[in-house]
Amino acid sequence: MEPLRPSDYDDGSAPSGTAERPDRASGDGPTQPRLGVVGWGRFLWRQLTSMRTALVLLLLLAVAAIPGSLVPQRSSNPNGVVQFRRDDPELFEILDALQLFDTFTSVWFSAIYLLLFVSLIGCIIPRTAHHWKALRSRPPKTPARLNRLVGYREADAPGSVEDALAAGEAVLRRQRFRVERYGNSLSAERGYLRETGNLVFHAALIGVLGTVGLAGGFGYNGQKVIVEGQTFVNQLTTYDSFSASRFFSDARLDPFSMRLDEFDAVFEAALDETRGTLIAQPLDYTASVTITEADGESVQRDIKVNAPIDIAGVRAYLLGNGFAPVITVRNADGDVVFDESVAFLPQDSNLTSLGIIKLPDGLPDQVGMIGFFYPSAIQLDSGALASIWPQPDNPVVTLNLFVGDLGLDDGVPRNAYALDVDDLEQLTGGETGNDSIILGLGQSAELPNGWGTVEFTALPRFVSIDFHHDPTQAGVLISSVLAIAGLIVSLFVPRRRMWIAAEQGADGQGVRLRYAGLAHGDDPNLDDAVDRLATEHLSGLGGALSPVDERALAPASSQ
Amino acid sequence: MENLASLSLVAVYSAMGVYTLAFIAFTLDLARRSAEAPVPAAARVAARATQTSSVAAGSGGTAVLDREDALLPEARDGSRGGATVYQRVAFALAIIGWVLHLAATLTRGLAADRVPWANMFEFGLTATVVGMGTFLGVQLWKDVRYLGAYMTGFTVLSLGIVTVNFYVDVVPTHPALQSAWLVIHVLVAVLATAFFAMGAGLSVMQLLRHQREVRKSAGLRFLDTLPGASTLESLAYRINVVGFVFWTFTLVAGAIWAERAWGRYWGWDTKEVWTFIIWVLFAGYIHARATRGWRGNRSAWLAIIGFSSVIFNYTIVNLYFEGLHSYSGL
Repeated sequence: MEPLRPSDYDDGSAPSGTAERPDRASGDGPTQPRLGVVGWGRFLWRQLTSMRTALVLLLLLAVAAIPGSLVPQRSSNPNGVVQFRRDDPELFEILDALQLFDTFTSVWFSAIYLLLFVSLIGCIIPRTAHHWKALRSRPPKTPARLNRLVGYREADAPGSVEDALAAGEAVLRRQRFRVERYGNSLSAERGYLRETGNLVFHAALIGVLGTVGLAGGFGYNGQKVIVEGQTFVNQLTTYDSFSASRFFSDARLDPFSMRLDEFDAVFEAALDETRGTLIAQPLDYTASVTITEADGESVQRDIKVNAPIDIAGVRAYLLGNGFAPVITVRNADGDVVFDESVAFLPQDSNLTSLGIIKLPDGLPDQVGMIGFFYPSAIQLDSGALASIWPQPDNPVVTLNLFVGDLGLDDGVPRNAYALDVDDLEQLTGGETGNDSIILGLGQSAELPNGWGTVEFTALPRFVSIDFHHDPTQAGVLISSVLAIAGLIVSLFVPRRRMWIAAEQGADGQGVRLRYAGLAHGDDPNLDDAVDRLATEHLSGLGGALSPVDERALAPASSQ
Repeated sequence: MENLASLSLVAVYSAMGVYTLAFIAFTLDLARRSAEAPVPAAARVAARATQTSSVAAGSGGTAVLDREDALLPEARDGSRGGATVYQRVAFALAIIGWVLHLAATLTRGLAADRVPWANMFEFGLTATVVGMGTFLGVQLWKDVRYLGAYMTGFTVLSLGIVTVNFYVDVVPTHPALQSAWLVIHVLVAVLATAFFAMGAGLSVMQLLRHQREVRKSAGLRFLDTLPGASTLESLAYRINVVGFVFWTFTLVAGAIWAERAWGRYWGWDTKEVWTFIIWVLFAGYIHARATRGWRGNRSAWLAIIGFSSVIFNYTIVNLYFEGLHSYSGL
C-alpha cells in the first residue's frame, strides 16, 4: 500500500533519463475542465502540499533569514539597533518599515514559515493515515514477472516446494520481514520504521513550533546587578531590567532571595607577542550566593559561567562582573550624606571602570561625579592613570565633580549609569585648572568650595545575574530529540519488499526458486540484500544460485 | 608545552608539503587519464553486445541502454579503471600527509591540554584532518580517488589560510568555553563540515560528468573514467545525508549549550541564524532529491551552495559579523 505522497514526489525509481525532462502537463495536455470554487480550492491545496512548493518555501526561508544576520536584531542586539539609528537615521527608517530589525517576527518571514508548516501538516496527515493502514495490512501479492525487479536471481535446490517456502519464511522473519504466503510464493516487507521515523521527524518540527507558540507566552527574564554583601529579592520592582511575554503576571514570580556572599575571579598572565605586554586571561568566574526560598530554607550555591543554578522555577546565569567601590560623602558638618556602593562598569579587559555618582541632596548644590576606577593603577608618562591587571592590587578611584541641575527633580527617570554634563559646571579635572580627586582605598579628600569630604571606603565586587523562566524549554528539547531520532531512522532504515517464488524443478526433481526485491525510494543496497537473502536461504536448503542467471539484471546503477 | 605547540606547527607545515605533492600527483593522474587513448570502437561495441544479449535472454523485455556505460564497464564499487600509476603514488602521499596532519592535531591538543578545537585555527586544523580522514575512509568502501585532487587541494588551501591568518598560540580556555559541550558541539560540527566537503566535491564531479554525458565534446576527457553522474549523485547524497544528521545535532547541541552559557537556547544570534540557514538549505537538498525535476543537476547545485554556506559561516560570519559567537580573539 503506497503512502499518499504528493504527485510530484520522485522516489528515484524512474529510469535516469526521464527525470530531467520538464513537466509537460501544461499546454500539450488534454483540455482541462473548468474549476469551481471548490475545485480551485482543491487545486490550490494540492499545490501547497506538493513537494515543489515545500522545496521553494524551504529555500525561501533560508534566503529570508539572511537579512536577520546582516542588520542588528532587536531580539538579540537592541543596543546595536539603537546605534544603527544614531549612525544612519534615514536608512534606519526604511529598514525598520520593512521590519528588518525584527526579521524573525516580521510579516514576511512569518508568512514563509507558516505556509511551510501548513504545507507540512497538510502533507503528513494523509500520510500518517496511510501509514497507519499500511502498518496493519499484509504485504502485497507477488508480482507476476519477478524478473523485472531489482536483484532478480534464480536458484535450484533439493527438497519440496513446501520445505523451501517454510525455510524461506524462517529466513525472512529472522531478517525482520513481515511475511505473507501467496500460493507458491512468499511476499515480505520490512522497514515500516522508515516512514514512522519520517512522520515523527516532521511532527516533532510541528512540536517545536507549537511549544514555542503556546508556552512562549508565559516566559520572562530579568537582570539584576548584585553587589557583594547585598541581597536581592525576587520582586518585579527590584529588577534592573525585566521583560516578559504576553501572559505573564506578577503572581507568577515565586518568591526567593539571593545574597551575593563573594565573587572570585581567577586570571592567568599570557604574553601578547605582538605588543610585548601581558594580557590577563580569565580562567574562572565564581559567584558564591546564599539562596533563601519560600519555605525559609537557606542554601549556599555557586554560580559560574556555563553553570547556572535553578531557583524556584527560574534559572540564574552569571553574566558580567566588576567592581562597586563604596563612596562616602560627608558634608561640611561631618554628617554622612551619601554612603553607597556604586557599580562601576568595566571599560576594558583590565577592568578600568567608569562610574556615576549623583548627589541631588545633602550638599549646597546638586552634585554629579564621574569616576574612574583602576584595580591595579599605575601612572603613565603623560600623568594619566591606567590599570594593568584586573585584580585589586592597587585600587584607585579618580573623581571629577560637576554641579548644577541633575534633572532628577522633574520626576522623569534618568539613566543611573550616565551623567549629562551639558548643563552642569565642572569643578575639578579637565580644563578647570583643579586636579581631579584621586583616592586610594581608605583615603579621603576635601571637596571643593569647602562642601565636605569624599572617601573611598571599601571595594566590594558586583555581578550581574540573568534570571530566566522559559517554559518552552522542556517541550522544545523533547521535540528536538524526537526530531533527531526520527531523522536518523527515516534516512538510514531501508524500506523494501522481497519475494521468493518456488516451483517444482525442471525435471520434477527439487525446486526452482526465484528471488527479487523492490525498494521504496533510494535503496542502493537492495541488490546486495537480495543476494544475502538468497545465499542464506540456499545455504540452509543445500542449493546454489544458478550461475547462468546469476548476473545482475540491471547494471550497477542502482539508485 | 611550548615544544609541543611548535612541534605541532612543524607537523602542519610538513603535512602541507606532502599534501601538495599528493595534489600534484593526483592532478597528473587526472591529466594522464585525459591523454589515454580512448577504448577502440570495436571493443566498445562488443562490450555493449554482451550486455544486451545477456539482458535480453533473461528479461525478454527491452534493455535500457545507459549512455554512461557506453565506454567502460563499471565495477561494483563504482570504479572504472583508467587510473594511472600516478594515482597510487598520490594516494600513498595523501596517507603520509594525513598521518602527519593527524600528529599535528594531536600534539596541538596535548600542548593545550584539551580537545584541539577551541578556536578558529584549531577548528580549521581538526576539520581538515577529519575531512581527509573521511576521504580516506570512504575509499575503503568505494573508489573515490578521482576526488583526490579536490580533497588534497582544498586541504592544503585551508591549512594555509588558517595557519597564516588564524594562528594563535596555545592559551588556556576562556571560562565561557570550559564546558563538555565544547567537545560535543564543535566535534559534531567538524564531522558535518567534513562530510559536506566530500559531498560538495562529488556534486561538482557529478555536474562535470553530466555535462560530458549530455554533450560528448564538453569537458575534459578524464571525466570518462569517472562513474556515471547518477552514481556520483547517489554517493554524494548518501554522504551529505550523514553530514545533515551531524549538522542537525550541531544545531541542537549548540542550542543546549547556549542555554547554559547565555541564558536562552535560541536568540537569533548571527551564528545561530547561519547555522539555521545551512540546515534549511540541506533540508531543501534532501527534499529536492524527492521532487520530480529536481534530482540531478539542481540537487548538485544545492549541495554546493550548502557547503559554500558552511565555509561562509566559518569565515565571514565569524570574522565580520557581530554576535555572541564572535571570534575577535580568533
